[in-house]
Amino acid sequence: MDERQETSGAEMVVQGLLREGADVVFGHPGGAILPVYDALHGAPIHHYLMRHEQGAAHAADGFARASGRVGVCMSTSGPGATNLITGLANAHMDSVGIVALTGQVGIGLLGTDAFQEADILGMTMPVVKHSYLVRRAADLPRALHEAFHIAGTGRPGPVLVDLPKSVANERAQAIWPEGTPRLRGYNPDPPAPAARDLERAVAALEGARRPLLMVGGGAAKAGAQAEVLALAETLGCPVICTLMGLGVLPGDHPAHLGMMGMHGTPVANLATTQTDLLIGLGVRFDDRVTGALPHFAPNAKILHIEMDPAEIGKIVAPHVALVGDVRRVLQILLPLLVGRDVRHPWLPEVDSSLGGGFGYPRERFTDGRISGPDTVDAVHRATHGRAVVVTDVGQHQMWAAQHYPFSRIGQFITSGGLGTMGFGLPAAIGAQVARPGETVVCLTGDGSFQMTLQELAVVRSYNLPLKIFVFNNGYLGMVRQWQEMFYEERYSYSEIWSPDFCKLAEAYEIPSVRVERSEELEGTVQRAVETSGPVLVDVRQVTRENCWPIVPAGKALHEMMVPPHS
Amino acid sequence: MRHTLAALVENHFGVLARVSGLFARRGFNIESLAVGPTEDPSVARMTIIIDGDDRMRDQMVRQMQKLVDALDVRALHAESMVSRELALIKVRANAHNRSQIMQVVDVFRGQVIDVSKESLIIELVGDEAKVGALLEVLGEFEILEVARTGVLALARGSEVMVAPGVEAQAPTA
Repeated sequence: MDERQETSGAEMVVQGLLREGADVVFGHPGGAILPVYDALHGAPIHHYLMRHEQGAAHAADGFARASGRVGVCMSTSGPGATNLITGLANAHMDSVGIVALTGQVGIGLLGTDAFQEADILGMTMPVVKHSYLVRRAADLPRALHEAFHIAGTGRPGPVLVDLPKSVANERAQAIWPEGTPRLRGYNPDPPAPAARDLERAVAALEGARRPLLMVGGGAAKAGAQAEVLALAETLGCPVICTLMGLGVLPGDHPAHLGMMGMHGTPVANLATTQTDLLIGLGVRFDDRVTGALPHFAPNAKILHIEMDPAEIGKIVAPHVALVGDVRRVLQILLPLLVGRDVRHPWLPEVDSSLGGGFGYPRERFTDGRISGPDTVDAVHRATHGRAVVVTDVGQHQMWAAQHYPFSRIGQFITSGGLGTMGFGLPAAIGAQVARPGETVVCLTGDGSFQMTLQELAVVRSYNLPLKIFVFNNGYLGMVRQWQEMFYEERYSYSEIWSPDFCKLAEAYEIPSVRVERSEELEGTVQRAVETSGPVLVDVRQVTRENCWPIVPAGKALHEMMVPPHS
Repeated sequence: MRHTLAALVENHFGVLARVSGLFARRGFNIESLAVGPTEDPSVARMTIIIDGDDRMRDQMVRQMQKLVDALDVRALHAESMVSRELALIKVRANAHNRSQIMQVVDVFRGQVIDVSKESLIIELVGDEAKVGALLEVLGEFEILEVARTGVLALARGSEVMVAPGVEAQAPTA
């Protein structure tokens, strides 16, 4: 390129995206980002026009989780940017690498309360991994290159790039950085664990009689499926997964005791109280996972393998900590276990009142009404266990986590840390874009769905073959369940009226079907999954069903409640 | 328990907001925070005093280390560091008590750097205890205004904090 050739900041954005391999963008235009949209016109970038910026952020998030790449969303300044915040917070909590590009008022107007001005850099600081306000077009190439690097490496997370309109219009010489950025304040590859710590880890494994593997989202992000399996087989011990760890170990693996935590299996939760060495693999000991902290793993030493040093000792003080990517650390640790006395098979003892403790107890209905778990079962069978499952937040989310045995990383896409109702549909759009040939199902609730259902327009206009199942029980189900159990059945604003979802789908020109009887469930779900394009299934369910087991908030994991008749 | 944290950070606009926000949203109270440029104009140094237990201190060091703008963050140990603070104190003073105040200032090895008919300004450099002690004594007179820099600290001896020798990142703000 001629050294004196200058390009606009907006053109640099498009070139930068293409250089990063980011040819998919979810966004919504507006005044301050118009120069970038002008540059996008005719560019070889697939831009998906979302109907709300929150949808753009969630779609980028779903795209990132389904593809393993950095997702990109784009919005204008002011309200466009503030609408992204929920999506950024969601990605931040679940460590998902996305780059959010926001328009901003021109440099000369910054700080003047100009039209559609918002201090998005300041507002998003607590929910981003890093952020940039680009003040000169000449800085853009490096800022973009660094943004993608930071978002996608180490413990991934969202990075915001705020671009004033005047900078997008400014012409400058673009000098493109080559290779991996070297940032003096950011090293995504921590040094290998010290030999002394590795020795202590091996000694702990030798000394344990009831070791337990607790697998989290960090193991999934690291792609550590083979290594976790190898460790489980070496130790011969049981394995439990957090919500974010589901899929790392095949759901039907004999060592897999299921999900742990608030809605985990009795046997998985009791394993934590009986183990003498809890091996946390890429976990952050969220309160939904540990239950009451003073009673968490009361008899255990903790071996914490985790890539983020700030997670070490944040909630639980470990006996030994190995900092690093789970896969890499296990690749170092596993050879050290050869010939060592570390194989200690055991199984937790489960009180007979918990009915064996394997699997998730459910309520049973013989009157033809449809239950949530039965719906998940039907979707599981119809998709042969191979679908990418995207959920919203609430009871249906927990039922999906419990009853759809996932077998691979990235198969289950759900809002874990932030618990964002409205995540489901736009995230499923992102996942379907990332995996065009695969069956992507969106499991949502009548409450969650109504938070972002405007994105049905995106499903239609791009003909994305999503299978949307609305778990429609007339309530904000999880809220209702808590009110029944913990608020003496005062159902304060949890009953929810909904429109006719089939008519709504019709308005969006999306085929739909309603199912109300359990004998019709299997066939209806099967036909929906076999439909070639998008389809919405309004699954009318038992109105007052509960999700079991449940560990009440603030209680210990062994204090789980199961249905009275199980 | 009081802890002294030292941090080398990118000398960008906005870094202070990132650091102070980090403390605020985790509910950790900053007692004092002093920031200024270093011998390398692209690097600023922060000295932060917090009150909390050791675990809280370690957690804050690690959370700060996660900031892309933070180049080196450490907790300094009270027994192996020197710390100083500069205080400017304006005291009401007249012909009757001026010399009495100046005697006190002498004992503390402070300086009187401004004298007017009705007041004087004292400059004092010392650790927090010394500044506190002078303020207590001056309480017998009438203190009109106090400005303090917050504590600055360096580790004694050969322990040195140096920004990693790679180029600065793109400006973030």
